[in-house]
Amino acid sequence: MKIKNNIALSNSGFIFNPSTGESFSVNPIGVEILNLLKENKSKDEVKAVILERYQSDDDTFERDFYDFVNILVHYHLAETDEEKGN
Amino acid sequence: MSKIEKQRYERPVIKKLETGMPNKFGLRTEYAPKTHIEDNSVKDLVKEYGSPLFVISEKTIRETLKTAKRAFSTRYPKVQFAWSYKTNYINAICNVFHQEGSWAEVVSGFEYDKAIANNVPGNKIIFNGPDKNDNDLRKAINNDSLIHIDHLEELYSIIFIADELQKRPKVAIRINMDTGIYPMWDRFGFNYENGQAWDAINKIMTSKKLDLVGLHCHIGTFMLSANAYAVAAFNLADLVINIQKKYNYNVKYIDLGGGFASKNTLKGSFLPGADTSPSFDDYAEAISTALLNSNLDPENLPTLILETGRALIDDAGYLLGSVIANKRLSSGKRATILDIGVNIMFTSFWYEHKITPAQEFTHYTEDTVLYGPLCMNIDVIRENINLPLLNKGDNVVVHTVGAYNMTQWMQFITLRPKIVMIDPEGKVHVIRDNETNDSIVSLEKTPEHLKKFEL
Amino acid sequence: MKKKVINIAVTGLNATDNPGPGIPVIRGLREAKDFDVRIIGFAYESMEPGIYMHDLVDKTYQIPFPSAGQESLLARLEYIQEIEKIDVLIPNFDAELFAFMKLEKKLLKMGIHTFLPTVDQFEDRQKINLMEFGKKYDIKVPYARTIFSLSEIFGLTADFTYPVVVKGKYYDAYIAYNPEQVQTYFNKISSKWGVPIIIQQFVYGSEYNVIALGDGKGNTIGAVPMRKQFITDKGKAWAGITIDEKNLLEMTDRIISGSKWRGGMELELMKTQNNEFYLLEINPRIPAWVYLAVGAGQNMPEALVKLALGEEVKPFETYDVGKLFIRYSYDMIIELEEFEKISTLGEL
Repeated sequence: MKIKNNIALSNSGFIFNPSTGESFSVNPIGVEILNLLKENKSKDEVKAVILERYQSDDDTFERDFYDFVNILVHYHLAETDEEKGN
Repeated sequence: MSKIEKQRYERPVIKKLETGMPNKFGLRTEYAPKTHIEDNSVKDLVKEYGSPLFVISEKTIRETLKTAKRAFSTRYPKVQFAWSYKTNYINAICNVFHQEGSWAEVVSGFEYDKAIANNVPGNKIIFNGPDKNDNDLRKAINNDSLIHIDHLEELYSIIFIADELQKRPKVAIRINMDTGIYPMWDRFGFNYENGQAWDAINKIMTSKKLDLVGLHCHIGTFMLSANAYAVAAFNLADLVINIQKKYNYNVKYIDLGGGFASKNTLKGSFLPGADTSPSFDDYAEAISTALLNSNLDPENLPTLILETGRALIDDAGYLLGSVIANKRLSSGKRATILDIGVNIMFTSFWYEHKITPAQEFTHYTEDTVLYGPLCMNIDVIRENINLPLLNKGDNVVVHTVGAYNMTQWMQFITLRPKIVMIDPEGKVHVIRDNETNDSIVSLEKTPEHLKKFEL
Repeated sequence: MKKKVINIAVTGLNATDNPGPGIPVIRGLREAKDFDVRIIGFAYESMEPGIYMHDLVDKTYQIPFPSAGQESLLARLEYIQEIEKIDVLIPNFDAELFAFMKLEKKLLKMGIHTFLPTVDQFEDRQKINLMEFGKKYDIKVPYARTIFSLSEIFGLTADFTYPVVVKGKYYDAYIAYNPEQVQTYFNKISSKWGVPIIIQQFVYGSEYNVIALGDGKGNTIGAVPMRKQFITDKGKAWAGITIDEKNLLEMTDRIISGSKWRGGMELELMKTQNNEFYLLEINPRIPAWVYLAVGAGQNMPEALVKLALGEEVKPFETYDVGKLFIRYSYDMIIELEEFEKISTLGEL
């Protein structure tokens, strides 16, 4: 899974997809996760950062993380490994 | 080294920005969480009494009734409220109303017995409804209760039983009419426009065996127009005047039934009910103006009886619940499963209730469908609601559920929860216990040959 | 001498092909003789063109939809008022008027003046009450009925001849030529605005409108009649011309003096072949073509602000007949940062 390179993400949580012209709004924790994903951090690395800073647990975070990632793919903001061709 | 305080977790959420002109869906309505109900924390209530949980505010009931009484009694000299048992017949709740001076209004033998058991004097029970069997009628006649006749068969039964008991039953007739509202309720009572009502009045007056004490009309439910009541009041007054003229007899009361809207929002309406439902003052103004401007004899004004239920109790009821799970539907839409289902929140079929999280939240929201816990496709609390982000185990408060839910709820798939009442001092009382398997199974009888099997 | 500056909040910034009156109202205010203005725009969504017209709108805030309820609206207005110190608010949407009328006293306490019809005036001219309104003021109104369910549609033939106009309680009107079309429009309108749906007899003719302003005491402060010259496929005037028609002015006076109308209003009329005017609708607010009235010599937005602030306003005595307005569309270039700001912060 990889966030598409050309996705513009601002700190206010505004996302613009230049290839589709669509815009989105993300909450602060979503911004953090997206930034980590853009740095090519793995799920476990993202989890470690988030759990360090927020009151949550492994299960909750994993479930929310996968749900979030699925929606990113659904909105064509991220590509799955198959789409990338590896 | 000091430990850094961790922040409250909120799940990551992304929302596509879409444009369109204002429409009624997907709106942010909640600015503050409902963490307490009259100083009792929602979390503590759920911890102690379980989830889901109905919570009734005694203070709100008393204050609402006082507001309603003030609205009417400042405009009309003789006003009497009668508590509509079918709206909520939990004894503790009925008794709050009785303590405040309300009579009882019942629509079945079951409710009648409940009122008697609550020690309501027989002559302060109004007995409505199409189904009163001979036993019910005998009881009511013996107790001098006010029997509101629905159809001619009932009238003939009453005359027959009166002979048998050698008593003079106190009766009123229920009248239906066109008050300009849709749909017109013409299934109950006798029609005004086609003369059925006048016909029934003549039958009662000429039988000389019954006391016609009142005229009753109940025009509909959740009436958003106060004016329809003015039409009903005016027509009933007209009948009172005609009875006076023809028989030189004064009918003691006019009963305008109930049907006042609460602050709930009906499905399909654009503006929220809290903003648009008429107030007690609006209803009182329309009704009392119609009565006082009619040709009723000012020296012999009939008492105005009101059986309003919903508008008096809806606001006093809350339903607390918990999030069981969050899901993503195949369409990508968010779904949240609550432990509150249509089995206990029957009114979700016609209202869009106000639903508030019971814990702090940010301004990020999601369009969500709210499902109940039942394994049944119909168990949908709301097709679409814009809610702050809820996690498993979070609590929600459903507002304005005091009317009908605690009488129309059903024991289906699961058991019914506790009802607690918060008294004016803030103390919590269980007023109906949760059901146990035994409360249901104890009624069942299994034939001997079906008691054993091997698998 | 420098003119005083009044802070005025305006809604209806949707200057689209079905325009809200916000932008033309603001243009009128900017041309006011007796005061200068700072304009605070209230928008419901991020694509309303007025948000980005910085020469007309100084600052814009998003506010909750009317269906979110008065409590939400008030909370948002309190926040805005802390910053903006609004003197006068001019709402321009039918659907939001009810909430603002109900909040009138609370707004005044916050220092925000409005000049709106009363709830009774508002209700009297509702589409569902229009027939009675017509009777009361001796004005011809097309036969209409309200329906609540699809099942009532097939009974309509008894009272109507097709085509009929299918209308929502607040917005939307479609001409239907048969019961099937009524059904389609019923579903379309009710899913957006709820029931009831109004079925009105279609009247053939040409369309006329009147813009007017009542002072709440029965006086007509201004009134300008207009004939629609060009109508879009949404039924909106894209061009119009002021006319000299005493009947319309007299009808307007009758309504305003009889109802003691307070605030702006628009009469929508149809003139038949027989030269009779039928009243189709009364809008309880300033219409989107208000700038024609300004151009013809009656600056109604300015007069409305003065009335809201409790100043004495003399009625306009004349207007220029034969003045035209022709609308045009115009493409603005907007930086993504602006769209981002209004979308994420709700302010721009």
